[in-house]
Amino acid sequence: MATRTKGRWTTLLAASVFALAACGGDGGGGGGGGNGDGVPQESGPVTLQVMNFANYMPEDIAERFEEATGHSIELTLTSSNEDAIAKLEGSPEGTYDIAFVTSPFAEGLINADRFEQLDHSLIPNLSNLYPEASQLDYDTGNAYTVPYSWGTTGICYRTDLVKSTDVDGWDDMLNPSNELSGKITMLDEDRWLLLPALKSLGYSANTTDEAELSAAADLSIKAKATLLGYDAETFYTKLDSGEAVAVMGWDGWCNYVSDPSVVEWVLPSEGSDLWVDVMAIPTGSTRVAAAHEFINFILEEENGLWVAENILYKVPNRAAMEAVDPALLETYPNMAMDPATLLEQEALRDLGAGQPAFTDAVTRVKAA
Amino acid sequence: MSPGAETLHPEVSAPWRPLGRSRLGRLTIAPAFAWWAFFLLAPIGLVLASSFFRRGAFGGVEYVFTWDNYVRAIDPLYLRVLWYSVRIALLTTAICLVVGYPAAYFIATRSSARLRNALLVLVILPFWTNFLIRTYSWIVLLNREGVINKSLQSIGLTDGPLPLLYNDFAITLGLVYGYIPLMVLPLYAALERLNPEVREAAEDLGSRPARILRTVTIPLIVPGIVAGCVFVFVPSLGNFPVPQLLGGGRKIMMGNLINSQFLEARDWPFGSTLALMLMLILMGLLIVQSRVLRRGREIGIDV
Repeated sequence: MATRTKGRWTTLLAASVFALAACGGDGGGGGGGGNGDGVPQESGPVTLQVMNFANYMPEDIAERFEEATGHSIELTLTSSNEDAIAKLEGSPEGTYDIAFVTSPFAEGLINADRFEQLDHSLIPNLSNLYPEASQLDYDTGNAYTVPYSWGTTGICYRTDLVKSTDVDGWDDMLNPSNELSGKITMLDEDRWLLLPALKSLGYSANTTDEAELSAAADLSIKAKATLLGYDAETFYTKLDSGEAVAVMGWDGWCNYVSDPSVVEWVLPSEGSDLWVDVMAIPTGSTRVAAAHEFINFILEEENGLWVAENILYKVPNRAAMEAVDPALLETYPNMAMDPATLLEQEALRDLGAGQPAFTDAVTRVKAA
Repeated sequence: MSPGAETLHPEVSAPWRPLGRSRLGRLTIAPAFAWWAFFLLAPIGLVLASSFFRRGAFGGVEYVFTWDNYVRAIDPLYLRVLWYSVRIALLTTAICLVVGYPAAYFIATRSSARLRNALLVLVILPFWTNFLIRTYSWIVLLNREGVINKSLQSIGLTDGPLPLLYNDFAITLGLVYGYIPLMVLPLYAALERLNPEVREAAEDLGSRPARILRTVTIPLIVPGIVAGCVFVFVPSLGNFPVPQLLGGGRKIMMGNLINSQFLEARDWPFGSTLALMLMLILMGLLIVQSRVLRRGREIGIDV
């Protein structure tokens, strides 16, 4: 879950342009088949069309990949998952060979038959992954997607500014003590806005039950009164300045504070979510074999290590995580989280037809 | 043109002739018209069409005709957001008018030619910087540890930090700051065209300044006032970076609502319906504006 929606307004503009293209095309969710059957495949060295978030892969990946396999890469940048989906929907099948998206979106795309089924015999580096990486609910066994990075959502707070409160769960954000009140930020992106309330009430993060959503919305509205504000982009800078003393954030992002020694990250006791950024091959690709080679190349230890050291996210690549400098794990303790603990959290799933009801609950909270 | 107009502006000679009557006119306007048709009418048509369809289970558009989106759009939840947006936009427009008029008046009537140019450049100068960056800089000024609070505290005027950010005050301030040039410039244009002799005549006849303002100046610049108000109200109503950044995401306006429908709920049909609601309001305003303009022309105001 990389650079979150930095350019929302430009993606709105892009989205309306793509609406133009999409209406001319096959209008949403054309059911392409799998395994590239029927789609003529290119042979020899090809140029792979890769779609990814900015700065999410090593800078020299293209050169090293070409050296190793002879195939070259052309990168299309996306600013968010919604942008990636708009690009996939808005271009003819076969435009992209590799797409990076986050798990709930990937699940939606799998259900709409937009991803090729993977041939694991072409991806021997899958053995570099933790065993837990093939037990991910949204795509068990990694039939269509391969995980690239993963993490959860929690609370980071300033240990030097929060002296008398024991911050250990969502309840500390929803019913804050005087020390925290007015100095808390929470995430306002759809799936994460209701997460603290849902978990605090013991509901699933993927619920679409109206009563549960309503209860979570009411609790979130009550919590709004003691918030400094919602922030899903710069919450760590607010922690730096002391404007906020406790923020809700994705675990990798909490590592971006300027002084990690005064910040502590907490996995809430009520439980949290599990998100995974994955790679997949969109249907209609004419370079399926080369795309498999790319996925296999990404799973090499050094690429996973680059993500861990530069993006400060955890990776499901065991070989890479075991090669990470122990000093880094000491500075950023959440990076040392055991995959088993990570998998105890609830994987975010696609909500399907229940998405509008979920968004309505979120709108109700934001408009209150 | 009415006889009254000629007395006001005796130097105007050529009668106004509609452009469409000449072939050259039609030719020169054709490219602009084509641009407008393709980049404005066509997308609006798409939005209109999309609002009658349904969201696909996965987030695309299902081409099944339905009125559901319109029924949903008049739900109190969304009307409340619309009402809040209208309130903020009206407040912004009113403040811009009250603050912008004296500035425009001074620039148009009380300054020398050189000073006038310098002042106009200063008015436009903020537009040379990205809107988003200017909005962000307010966060630096207004936050609890920010410049304003620190200064007030160091002077001793306040004991603790004032809540200047993440509320309606900050949103309105951000919008006023962002759009006040759009009020000042049309007002300036209207005031500048005003014949000073008219005002002098009213003075000579014994009117005090307040009365001159009310009965002479304002009626003559009504088209400029309406233009300025529309230029501020329209972008304020649909704005979304300002409530998100300066409002801390605690309040949402129509822009945020439409944005979240498209990008988070991936409910393009419903987002299109909400966008259409906004467009209808704005079209209504533009109709009002064009009526005012036409009336102004009829009574001889030079617009």
